[in-house]
Order: sequence, then C-alpha cells, then structure tokens
Amino acid sequence: MSAIPAENTNKVFPELQDIETSERPPIQRRVRQRLTSRGATAAAVIIAVIWTIPTFGLFVSSFRPEDNIKGNGWWNVFTDWQFTLANYEDVLAPGGSQSPNLGSYFVNSLAIVIPGTIFTLVIGAMAAYMFAWGKFRGKDGLFIFVFALQIVPLQMALIPLLQLFTQVLKIGDLQLFPSGTYAQLWVAHTIFGLPLAIFLLHNFIAEIPGEVIEAARVDGAGHSTIFWRIIIPLATPALASFGIFQFLWLWNDLLVALVFSGGGADVAPITQRLAELQGSRGGEWQRLTAGAFVSILIPLAVFFGLQRYFVRGLLAGGLKG
Amino acid sequence: MEDIAEKGLQVVVALAIFAAIIGVIMLIVDRAPKSAREKVQIAGFLAPALVLLAVGLVYPALQTTYLSFTNAAGKFIGLDNFVWMFTQPEALITLRNTVIWVVLVPLLASSIGLAYAVFIDKARGEKALKALVFMPMAISFVGAGVIWRFVYAYKGAEADQIGLVNQILVWFGQTPKQFLLDAPENTFFLIAVMIWIQTGFAMVVLSAAIKGIPTEIIEAARLDGASAWQQFRNVTIPTIRGSLIVVVTTITIGTLKVFDIVRTMTAGQYETSVVANEMYTQAFRAGEPGRGAALALVLFLMVLPVVVYNARLLRQQKEIR
Repeated sequence: MSAIPAENTNKVFPELQDIETSERPPIQRRVRQRLTSRGATAAAVIIAVIWTIPTFGLFVSSFRPEDNIKGNGWWNVFTDWQFTLANYEDVLAPGGSQSPNLGSYFVNSLAIVIPGTIFTLVIGAMAAYMFAWGKFRGKDGLFIFVFALQIVPLQMALIPLLQLFTQVLKIGDLQLFPSGTYAQLWVAHTIFGLPLAIFLLHNFIAEIPGEVIEAARVDGAGHSTIFWRIIIPLATPALASFGIFQFLWLWNDLLVALVFSGGGADVAPITQRLAELQGSRGGEWQRLTAGAFVSILIPLAVFFGLQRYFVRGLLAGGLKG
Repeated sequence: MEDIAEKGLQVVVALAIFAAIIGVIMLIVDRAPKSAREKVQIAGFLAPALVLLAVGLVYPALQTTYLSFTNAAGKFIGLDNFVWMFTQPEALITLRNTVIWVVLVPLLASSIGLAYAVFIDKARGEKALKALVFMPMAISFVGAGVIWRFVYAYKGAEADQIGLVNQILVWFGQTPKQFLLDAPENTFFLIAVMIWIQTGFAMVVLSAAIKGIPTEIIEAARLDGASAWQQFRNVTIPTIRGSLIVVVTTITIGTLKVFDIVRTMTAGQYETSVVANEMYTQAFRAGEPGRGAALALVLFLMVLPVVVYNARLLRQQKEIR
C-alpha cells in the first residue's frame, strides 16, 4: 500500500507523455517555461543553498587544522588554502578515555545495527506472512492491534523494559540479556521496529498472487517451505526498503542507546559518543567536525547509493513515527 | 584490530543463536502431527513477534501508565505527577515549548517542502536539486546537532567569528549573539534544525504526489488560461490534499517525540526542554521515574489523536483507489 498515488502517471498515460515530450507545439512549451518562472527558480536555488551550506561548512572544516577551525570561519579556506587529515586521525585512533576513540564506537554501531536489522526483518516477515495468508480466528483483530502498537511512543516502554532486563529476565544472578553488552540493544531495537515492519511487510506480502501459494500448497509444501522459498524471494523489494529504513533508524538512534548501552567504548554506538563529546568538549571543533562526518558517512553512503529504495520506503509510509 | 575481531565474534554468535532459534521453530512447525499442524504452524510463525511485543511494548506501556501515578519511592500518589507537570513553572515551559515545536515544524517544513517541490518540478537537474534538500533526512539528529551548533557558534565581538550566522550578523554591523543560550528565542533556533531535517521528507512525498496529478487536468487548467498561482491553488493543492495531510500528520508525530536535537544541542537547559527530553531527564537523570512516566503518558495522549487520524486517512485513501 502506498499512501500516495505516486509516479504512475507516465505509465497510466503513455500517450500523453509522448505528446508532452515530442509533439508539443513551441507555443505551449513557452507557456510551460513561463510557469516555472525566474522567481521560482531563484527561490529554489536559495532553498537549496541554505539546505546545503551547513553540511558543506562542516565538511570543509573537518579538514582544516585545529588553529584555523578555532580561529576563523570555514569560508576563509577560499583565501587561506590549508588542509589536513589530522582531525580524522585524531578522532579515529584508539587511545585513552580522553581521546574520542570513534573507531571503536563506529564498530559498535555496525555491531548493533546489522543484527538489529536482520532480527526485525526475519521476525517481522514471519508474522506478516501469517497475518497475510494464515487462516485463524481473530486474525484481523490481532493485526489491527499490532498495527496500533505503533502509537505507543518508545518513551513509554523504556523504564519498564530496562527493569525487565536487569531484574526479571535472569536465571539466578545471571542476566539473560546482560547489561553492558549489545544484547539489550538488539532486543530493544527489534521490539521497537516490529509493529512498523509487520505492517509494511504485510501490505506487500498480501499482494503476492494467491495462485502461487496455492500451487505450492497443492504440491505438499508446508508454511515453512512456502515462506522461505516463495515469500522471502518475492518480498525482497519490500524487505530491502524496510531494511534500509531500519538500518538508518538504528544507526541514527540516540535514545535507546542512552538507556541500554551503558555508554562504554565496548558497546555504545557512535551517535552516543558524539553526543557525549558535544557535551563535554563543546569547543573542540576539530574533533566534533571530523567526528560528525565519520558518524554520518554510512547513512550518507546508504542514502546516495540506495536512494531509490529509500524513497520507495518513504512513499509506502515508512517513516518511523 | 583485536577489538574488531572480538566484537565481530559477538555479532556472529548472536546471528548463529538467532538462526538456531528460527531453525528450531521451523523444525517444530514441519514435524508437528498432522492433526494439529495448521495450528502449530500459525503459532510458530507468530510467536516470536507476539512474545517480543507483549513483553517489550504492551507490558511496559501498561507498567508506565501505572508508574505515572507513583513517586520516586514507588508509592502510589494519585495525580501528583500530573499536578506537578501542569503547575510547576519549569514543567510548564516544557509543555509550552512542545506546543511551539508542534505548531511550527509541520507548518514550515511542509510549506517549504511543497514550495520547493513545485519550483523544481520538471526543472533541469531536478534529481540533484532534490537530493540536496533530501540529504538531511539521512543525517542523524546528533549529527545535525553538531552541524547546527557549528552554524550557531559564538565568539565575542572582538574575535573572528567561526559560526556562519554570527558572521552574517557581523557583516551587517550587528553584535554576535548566543543563539542557543538566550531564552525564549533559542527554542526557535532549535526548531530550525528540525525543519531543516523534515523539509526533505515533505518535499519528496509531495513531489511524488504532484507528479501523480493527471496531465489532462493540468492541460485543461492551462488551456483555460490559469496563471501559475491559480493552477497551484485550484489544481495542485486540492489534488494532493491527501498526501499533504499525511505529510503534516507524520511530521507532527515525529516532532512530538523529538528528543535528540534538544538533548545534544542544549540538553534541555536554558528553557529549551520539550516533553520527550524532559521525560528522559526525569526518569534517567533526576531519579524521578514517576514523573518521567507521567510525561511519557502525556506524550502518548498527544500523539494518539494524530496517529488515529493518520491511520483513518490512509485507509480512506486505500479505499478510494
């Protein structure tokens, strides 16, 4: 289901599309040009510039020597051409607790995000498949309930979930999901991602033609065979879209990390470290600029590399509320 | 290197355990006695998701609701936490700020996003222009926090400015300003960051909707001699109304829950706190889980109507199509 009737006009009206591009008389083309007038173009350019400059300034600054960053504005690079990689070396290199150590935290982010995304996708797809193709009483009601769980803000679950982890879910003195490990973060992220995952994947899986599944069933395939051999391959586009979303969302998360990670270099993600550096060393711009860029590198790569899936996910209503 | 190997091992072990659990479920599902197979299969596919949601979301939400009526010592105190929230000056400021956020961000982000989508529609280089404004969507709130703190950075009037906004003030002969410290206007400078992030979302969704407007309608309006503005007001807006509302409500939900921006840029000091941030501060910093829970509950009650409205709208759109 897409919330928005998107990008289909060209397919629906192929003839019109042809007329527009090839056979349109010059007068009409001129009318069109006047509609996207100079004022509009100017406004668009201004918006684009305002939206880009902050990131650009940060990027340029991250390559400037410390004294320059602290001494004058980044726009001075155009007259004072000095660049260095020292800031990146400084923030990435392993060191004592005083140094940013971002390399370590970067690895943590990956270690949190990859399993967190895979768990959510698999468990979500399994449930979505049953909600789409299983036959049992109360299915619709249960599905609506799961959908409705999206309403519950993360904030409402944090305190009790932390108590569960530390006080209830343990055997003897041994916590099932020990504090200060990735385990709590994986579980928390998976739980918080599930309602949206189930909802979006259900909408896609429900559109798979029934004959395909019926045919497999006639051949004697059980649910597990159908799920792994038919549903998962056919649902790959939806899994990719949601997967990218979940990946970015987990990578950029701060709140869940603050509550469950404990904050050390062995578990905490890069966002948390960056937030810490801002608090404790708010004036160390040579570190903050380089650090911020290290932390947004992966999301930007994902974004530019997979923009198509990203947009598709957005249009399917995949914005984490 | 050792660090990476050790963390990588944790991830691999976790993925292996997860695969084993899912494998066992599939095995049970396939080997179940014929008579009960269908039921076992359905249960097996739904169980992981439902157990996680019950333990990690439903129970915590109920628990939080109960907590909101208790004090720091865990004693039942009736509505005192809510009385605190609606009478104490600092709590009232938090509520006031949340209202300002929730009015301004959806309004401005949607308007700018819509204007931009219209301006660049079918323009040369549309894709690149879109990517520029859309890019902040991929950046974490923490990263955005660093970017914008750098934009707002302050140096005394005698020194060279390193923050762009203050430099512009200086160029126009003004004195530099502590953008994040001076209440009450500092809230607006935080809001600007959220608008910067959300405009791209509005723009992409609305642009897709605009491209979905049947070409016939546009041609007809044009033949009737409609000006660009008339066309926008009488054709574009009514046709994309559905998408517009979805955008506004989605951004509203995201804004109500905004946490990271405030946390990283001011930590809610200098009268900039919002409900989601105050919730974290009370529950995890000030040792007042009851107040935190009460704030979470209020957040839930604020989000609830918007989500319900949003869901109903999505369903209506689905029926129309």
